[in-house]
Amino acid sequence: MLTYFFKRLGLAAVIVSVAMFILFCMIYLIPGDPASVALGPRATEEMRASLREAMGLNQPVPVQFWNFYSSAWMGDLGTEVLSGRPVLTVVLEQLPYTLALIAGGITWSVALGIPLGCWAAVSRGSWADRIVGILSVAVIAVPSFVIAIYALLIFAVQLRWLPAIGAGEPGDLGDQLTHLILPSLAVGLGWVGYIARMVRASMLEVLEASHIRTARAFGLPDRMITYRYALSIAILPTVTLLGVGIGQMLSSAVFAEIVFARPGVGKLVYDAILTRNFPVVSGTVLVTTVLFVLLNLLADLIIGALDPRVRSSF
Amino acid sequence: MAELWRPIRKILREPLGALGLFLVVLVIFGAIFADLLTSFDPTRINPRDRFQGPSAAHLMGTDQLGRDLFARVLHGGRIALFVALVSTAASLVIGIVLGLIAGYGPRWLDNLMILLFDAMKSFPTVMLALALVTIMGPSLTAVMVVVILVTVPGYARIIRTQTIALKNSEYVTAAQSMGANPARILRVHILPNVIGPLVILASMDIPVVIGIEAGMSFLGLGVRPPTPSWGSMLNDGFTSIRDTAWIAIAGGIPIILTTLGFTFLGETLRDVFDPRLKGR
Repeated sequence: MLTYFFKRLGLAAVIVSVAMFILFCMIYLIPGDPASVALGPRATEEMRASLREAMGLNQPVPVQFWNFYSSAWMGDLGTEVLSGRPVLTVVLEQLPYTLALIAGGITWSVALGIPLGCWAAVSRGSWADRIVGILSVAVIAVPSFVIAIYALLIFAVQLRWLPAIGAGEPGDLGDQLTHLILPSLAVGLGWVGYIARMVRASMLEVLEASHIRTARAFGLPDRMITYRYALSIAILPTVTLLGVGIGQMLSSAVFAEIVFARPGVGKLVYDAILTRNFPVVSGTVLVTTVLFVLLNLLADLIIGALDPRVRSSF
Repeated sequence: MAELWRPIRKILREPLGALGLFLVVLVIFGAIFADLLTSFDPTRINPRDRFQGPSAAHLMGTDQLGRDLFARVLHGGRIALFVALVSTAASLVIGIVLGLIAGYGPRWLDNLMILLFDAMKSFPTVMLALALVTIMGPSLTAVMVVVILVTVPGYARIIRTQTIALKNSEYVTAAQSMGANPARILRVHILPNVIGPLVILASMDIPVVIGIEAGMSFLGLGVRPPTPSWGSMLNDGFTSIRDTAWIAIAGGIPIILTTLGFTFLGETLRDVFDPRLKGR
């Protein structure tokens, strides 16, 4: 397990390095001058030249890459253009809001997806199974920002059941949770479909297993067999699916934060683009990418811990 | 003609496939005949008629500038389908070429390319899009570049895996021993055998591509105003959501119908033609 752990960790580090290289290529080698982008069209040539000097854009490209690379590994992602604060601090300040939103999304998707998947598996082939199947495909297909807008329109603007904007009063947990309901629904609804399908498939497999047949032969109640004996095994693939899912929910979270005017990394990077705050954009992209890689790593390690076959095939 | 009808009949036998095909045909029809279906110019501003609900004259109402929403929905379909078609085609070509090279080429090149694909996939999609638009500026080209960057690694990986599986098969070895050059082997012997599943997967990615275009246009990072796009209509609706619900409804409905249509159709295509891909 330890060898597997270190191999996997090493691979993650390599992937992050390559991702950083791609990001660097995108920023510095694609036509377009970061200094003029940062200053806007009305800047004078002297202003651009001095900013280029300050950003180190006059140095040879390999030197620039080494500077970018080494300081990023040390946690130095540059400083914000306007306030001069370190970008890493700014991003880490906003990250908890986004993580709370993703946690809310997972709660929605698990709370709805697992029962739906079980129900579909137990009543296999019935109209209930078909409806759950169609609904799963449907919620996966529809983009999350459309769900976000419609949730805002229906539950916040028309019915006025839930608040429309912000993250709630700081310190007031109840208020913060009410503000979390709609945005996290928009983030998690698509994953209800993935989880329901996954639980249904693995549940159907488990229900054929011999220990379930034994439990039936002993005359245990159906409900107990389904939820105690079958679900506890059928749920394992879902855990690993969520590892990948958290990373993709990051993308949905960006939209949810903008639609519901919540603080978070998505709102941060969006505002940074509008104000041409270049270091914040690249810093946020880097932090979220590292987060994504780490979450996938965590998911792989959990599979590795649960299933020895994965470790040996690596 | 019979060759073409058989698969369509197979799709129509599945209720979901029939619904998907109907929605897709509806959207394509609306986009092609947009000029015949409405007499309104989708970009013409008419402030006196703004924020109207649906009526006989304006089937879906008007937006904050008095533009006819039905005309904008139809013309927005052109943008969505154009992006989906062009960028998916480009992704397929790039993905096939890279996948064949990785699968048939030397081992070190394969490893390097897999590493690059994995790194590309490690960027959250929206973050990649935002970073790219910061550099390139908002445009339709930027949207298509994002789509290509997001989808190519997946396509290339599939082609690579299958190429490796076929590389050592007997008929390829036979062709090699008869002196066929690698380009010929790839084109004549490998490509026709690996392309089928990829086309089905690409068709299932079309809703994702349409989602990316609409999402970026929604953020104001895709199609520039006043060009109609479903995403930018949704943004108009979001901005004036407290004045009227009709703009948001008009912008969202076509996105929902199109993504559902292509998804249902894609799922049926996969089940009918290549059940092995199920569960992907």
